[in-house]
Amino acid sequence: MPADYLPILVMVVVVVAFAAIALTLSAMTGPRRPNSAKLAPYESGMPPFGSARRRFSIKYYLTAVLFILFDIEIIFFYPWAVLFRQLELFGLIEMGIFIFVLLIGYVYVWRKGGFEWD
Amino acid sequence: MDLDPIVVTLIEALIKTIVVIIALLTAFAYLTLVERYVIAKIQSRIGPNRVGAIGGIALLQPIADAIKMIFKEDFWPAQADKIIYTIAPGIAVGTALLAWAVMPLHPSTEIFGYHIDFYIADVNIAVLYLLAIGSLGIYGIVLGGWGSNNKYSMLGALRSTAQMISYEISLGLALVGVLMLSGSLSLVDIVEKQSFIWNVVWQPLGFIIYFIAAVAEVNRLPFDLPEAETELVAGYQTEYSSLKFALFYMAEYINMLTVSAIASTMFLGGYQGPFGILPGVHWLILKIMFFIFVMMWMRGTLPRFRYDQLMGFGWKVLLPLALANIFVTAIVMVIFK
Repeated sequence: MPADYLPILVMVVVVVAFAAIALTLSAMTGPRRPNSAKLAPYESGMPPFGSARRRFSIKYYLTAVLFILFDIEIIFFYPWAVLFRQLELFGLIEMGIFIFVLLIGYVYVWRKGGFEWD
Repeated sequence: MDLDPIVVTLIEALIKTIVVIIALLTAFAYLTLVERYVIAKIQSRIGPNRVGAIGGIALLQPIADAIKMIFKEDFWPAQADKIIYTIAPGIAVGTALLAWAVMPLHPSTEIFGYHIDFYIADVNIAVLYLLAIGSLGIYGIVLGGWGSNNKYSMLGALRSTAQMISYEISLGLALVGVLMLSGSLSLVDIVEKQSFIWNVVWQPLGFIIYFIAAVAEVNRLPFDLPEAETELVAGYQTEYSSLKFALFYMAEYINMLTVSAIASTMFLGGYQGPFGILPGVHWLILKIMFFIFVMMWMRGTLPRFRYDQLMGFGWKVLLPLALANIFVTAIVMVIFK
């Protein structure tokens, strides 16, 4: 029922207000004495060079794509799990087939070295 | 005096929200003290013992820390993306707090003839809500690392994202076993069904997988690669100061409380006592304290993983184990009904 979510909406409003107050408070209190050295990116005392936004390892993208694939599979488990007591043997066989298909992809990624970090 | 039921719901929700948030913030403040004290004892040091000390424990230390944090200089690095940099701590702490909207804290009771439910909302998809809010929490870290435009922050945010999404899969799969047993996604139902025997009895492997994945989710040792001090200074928090830093810190500790509360609710019966003895919020607090203590203990004793070990463990060990757990649970449930 949509009305069940009303309290969550109230909480969202309170939490947003709390975060906004905290962020404003931190901007208002305390001294403001900026200088160029303080505002420069921190690099352990070395003079900073270049931007931080440069190319990074492709493995992070691969992990993200794998996450999307597997996370969707997990969401398929949820309705099945909730109804499992009614489905019984039928549910077990269906899920066995599902897990088998999932495992083919999983083994493929493993064999291709998708889980290796070097 | 008759009020519209919607208005009553709103007022009730507002009161509960404020009480829960204040309780969480107090718990956060004292957790920082407890953590420093426990780690000090593990490492044979004295620990905080100056500000308002009673019996060698500095009981007013969290308040002193809070005042210090508020009056520290708050600055915006010249190279930072100002808006993203500013809202990132807000997102982190906001999502951390929101997870508590569906947590059942105490059995429903009648007080002065007025029926009170001790949760903010009982939605029929509470477990999905928790997973969704947990995923949103990653945005705080990613945006903080990206917005700072600092190399350490960037690397910390990248690592953190990859780690959290990898372990989230095992986390989600570990909970499936409990859902099969209870046949509901509402946390209130799940707790009510554990009134005599806790789920951990039927789901020991799921419980262990959940706890390991949860520790990785909250970036605690031995999985604290995102803020590995020896290589990344402070990870995504490097450029933050003042209350913005405090908000990130708050988010981290509240997330610890959240995953402990979920573990207690899903596997250890939440507010239910063993064999149905005296159900109440005290049991939930005890269980959460137990998990928090184990996390501190792990921080005090375990070394950090290497990054390839960390990702390998998540994908090659926890994920197949969690799948096997589901399959075995299903077979056992079909055989023994």
